[in-house]
Amino acid sequence: MQPDQQPPCPHEENACDHKHDDRRTFLKKSSFLAAVALTPAPLIKAAEKKADEKIAAYFETVPVNLEINGKQHSLKVEPRTTLLDLLREQLDLTGTKKGCDWGQCGACTVHVNGKRVLSCLSLAVMQDGKKITTIEGLASGEQLHPMQEAFIKYDGFQCGYCTPGQIMSAVACVREGHAHSEDQIREYMSGNICRCGAYRNIVDAISEVNKGGQNI
Amino acid sequence: MENEFFFNYDTMPDPMDRVDGKMKVTGAAKYASEHPVEDVHYGVLVGSTIARGVIKNIDTKAAERAPGVIGVLTYLNSPKVPGYDAGGNPVKGRTTGQPLRVFYDEVIYFNGQPIALVVADTFERAVHAASLVRTQYDAEKHSTDINANLDKAVYPRGRSNDYTRGNADAYKTAPVKIEAEYIVPVEVHLPMELHSIIAKWDAEDKVTVYDKTQGVKSTQRSIMQAFKLPEQNVQVYAPFVGGGFGSALRTWPHEIAALLGAKKTGKPVKLVLGRDQMFTMVGYRPYTIQKFGIGATADGKIIGMSHEAISQTSTYEEFTEGTVNMTRFLYDVPNVFTRYKIIPLDVSTPTWMRGPGEATGSFALESAIDELAYALNMDPLELRLKNYAETDPEKNRPFSSKFLKDAYQLGADKIGWYKRNRQPRSMQENGWLAGYGMSTGTFSASRGNASASARLSADGKLVIQSAVADSGPGTATVMTQIASETVGWPANKITFELGDSSLPPGPTQGGSTTTSTEGSAVHAVSVALQKKLGELAIKASPGFSNAKTEDLVFDNGKVILSTNKTTTVSFTDILKHNSLNQVEVTSDSKSLNDQKYSMYSFSVHFVKVLVNPLTGVVKVNRAVSVADAGRIVNEKTAASQIIGGVTGGIGMALMEEGILDNRYGRWINNNFADYHVPVSADVPDIDSLFVNKPDPIINPMGAKGMGEIALIGFAAAVTNAVYHATGKRIRSLPVTLDKLI
Repeated sequence: MQPDQQPPCPHEENACDHKHDDRRTFLKKSSFLAAVALTPAPLIKAAEKKADEKIAAYFETVPVNLEINGKQHSLKVEPRTTLLDLLREQLDLTGTKKGCDWGQCGACTVHVNGKRVLSCLSLAVMQDGKKITTIEGLASGEQLHPMQEAFIKYDGFQCGYCTPGQIMSAVACVREGHAHSEDQIREYMSGNICRCGAYRNIVDAISEVNKGGQNI
Repeated sequence: MENEFFFNYDTMPDPMDRVDGKMKVTGAAKYASEHPVEDVHYGVLVGSTIARGVIKNIDTKAAERAPGVIGVLTYLNSPKVPGYDAGGNPVKGRTTGQPLRVFYDEVIYFNGQPIALVVADTFERAVHAASLVRTQYDAEKHSTDINANLDKAVYPRGRSNDYTRGNADAYKTAPVKIEAEYIVPVEVHLPMELHSIIAKWDAEDKVTVYDKTQGVKSTQRSIMQAFKLPEQNVQVYAPFVGGGFGSALRTWPHEIAALLGAKKTGKPVKLVLGRDQMFTMVGYRPYTIQKFGIGATADGKIIGMSHEAISQTSTYEEFTEGTVNMTRFLYDVPNVFTRYKIIPLDVSTPTWMRGPGEATGSFALESAIDELAYALNMDPLELRLKNYAETDPEKNRPFSSKFLKDAYQLGADKIGWYKRNRQPRSMQENGWLAGYGMSTGTFSASRGNASASARLSADGKLVIQSAVADSGPGTATVMTQIASETVGWPANKITFELGDSSLPPGPTQGGSTTTSTEGSAVHAVSVALQKKLGELAIKASPGFSNAKTEDLVFDNGKVILSTNKTTTVSFTDILKHNSLNQVEVTSDSKSLNDQKYSMYSFSVHFVKVLVNPLTGVVKVNRAVSVADAGRIVNEKTAASQIIGGVTGGIGMALMEEGILDNRYGRWINNNFADYHVPVSADVPDIDSLFVNKPDPIINPMGAKGMGEIALIGFAAAVTNAVYHATGKRIRSLPVTLDKLI
């Protein structure tokens, strides 16, 4: 490939767009016609206000029921929406962080049915019926979770951006039984990058919580 | 100038936890892209796919037709940036040249240059639409390989910066000499928070941004100048900053792009860079080649040093850093020569990264010192002590404070330096080769201008405000402590507010100056608050009516009459006596330009490595880092800076390397899977120690900077330890295993 050429589109370019347009056009028309058959007058007005676009968008979303931090959510999400973007952009649960979006840094770690999961690599639609815990759901009211307390005590962060992911991983690390030595903690916490370099303090925090033996 | 220290070293309380710790561990802290803004739309940038040339055609029709898209900006339809047309781009840092003008014309300067911005109603739709933009170019031959372009090295601004003390060639005729070349590759800051901005035009000429920036005032100024707006019409918020390490010191093209997108579409625009875009749009530490010559007498007195560096910049800006500067003053050497040149390449402009200049330069200097020590059959620490500079040999003046010898001693004792076998490849542990290495770091210390306000309310709450940013070191915590100590008011009743450009001007957080600069302003406003309270006590408090201000003593939240110590009044009662709900004062603190002293922080790093003799795997097994950074305000946050710098240093030494595919001028490893940074398993237990002796000149706290010296020198300590372990000298970072087997 010459340096001045960009990589070719994997698909025939126009065909690509055409296909996409066709599908949307079909969705718009069919949903619109179905709606017209039911209640014509208001929807024709709606069509003038580009409601057909909204109707098409409606059919492109999928219903999902999630329990997030103990609260039930009945949502309609696009199939391509990640759990991370759902939390951050639609539910204002911004404690879960986007650090790379490619499953390489751990900043987006949440618990799904009690296990640590990278929310950037999880499509929201695949979480139907599952229980999600984010950093916002870890404390009991004003009472911080022991891991949160330990992170403060040992200064297990600086900028704080990777911290929610670190804490969610740390809680899981202890629950998994992977926090019995400092080296074990280091190994099982190595999926969570901290660019400020607070690892030493994070290891100390997790060690203390593990030794404390509380049911976390 | 002699300062009165307000900290009593012996009675210093346990270090305070971070004041914003709870917000950070509960997810309540809001970073740039997380602020709720009504009707916010999503911007995604499209980057160029060539490194040099012009755009022949850019087709945005498919992107514009895509669902949810409300605008696609290119140079063809972007709103104008008035500052761009006024001769040069005002959105600049301290580099010379022409900072990139986003969406200005068809010219391409580097691969990945932003050429279009797609704005849509959801993030997913914006990402998809951005993939539909098609561009044809007239490409020109590009140059991105520094090693293939060494003949293009020039002095910055075309002027010689050669430094000569004594005889530049003196080292060459010394009884023992070393000549070597050292390479530091491109490193990328990669803070965990992706660079992000939300831009919202409140009116045609009024804008609010939530931005990732290390300086809310500098970002405000950049936007004011770019869009020709008055100060009160540009509001910048950055209450939490998810790391920076230098990448958020400048205002970058993506920030202006978001402002243009919001202007064009009439909607607030949120723009979050992808991790790959963090390699092309927000700077990096430049690739640098260093030639070092050093010569000494047989008993270890260094006669001369020569340090030449060649680094890279872009074709549109000259980025420079003080790579060779520390060689001029760190050791007492009579003959020193330094030279610094840059090569313009078809790449984006580098920028200051933690320990800018010195992190690179110290790798050459502190490696060469180690090489010389082995050539002399001398302990590397002994060689350093033999050539210790008691005063600054470059400027011929005393240091404001230098306790580097104390630091050497503390570190050597802690790691057991003298217990090692000094012969290379002489030590083993469980089948691994063991080795010890050390190095020195230094970075300038200074104090700049800053302002702060203090407002004490009748309910006892004290709010200190200043437009500084905190990208992680713990500024709000340290400022709360300084205010608490100075005013004599409990820290839990003090709130330090920052990250808001409408507050009294604070400094940009960079160059290890925040505690010195901002702390001085907080100290000044704390003293001013006491003075004001004293005046109010004289005005209305019982027993004080005839008092003179010089008779007043402030202690523990009370004003005491020194002539009659039973006459006291609490600060809050003073407000009551004056029928005031609150009292507010604002103070300025001026920069320090003391020509009588040289001001630097110093650090010492000791490292023990283990090297697998079969695979070449290197593990940093132990690290001891000691800072001579004046008085330590908060040992907890200061220790975190040290271990953070050490962790960054492990990355620099063993894994970090931005690799460009020179055929296309494009990054190969622009993600965390391929560009390796240290993870928990790479980082051993680190001892962070402080000399903790105040600097009597720099500021009322006696505190020097900490952030840079934590990293500076560390990489050399690792390669020196690798040499001790293996007998192999690695002069090209990072020390990957292929270089050892």
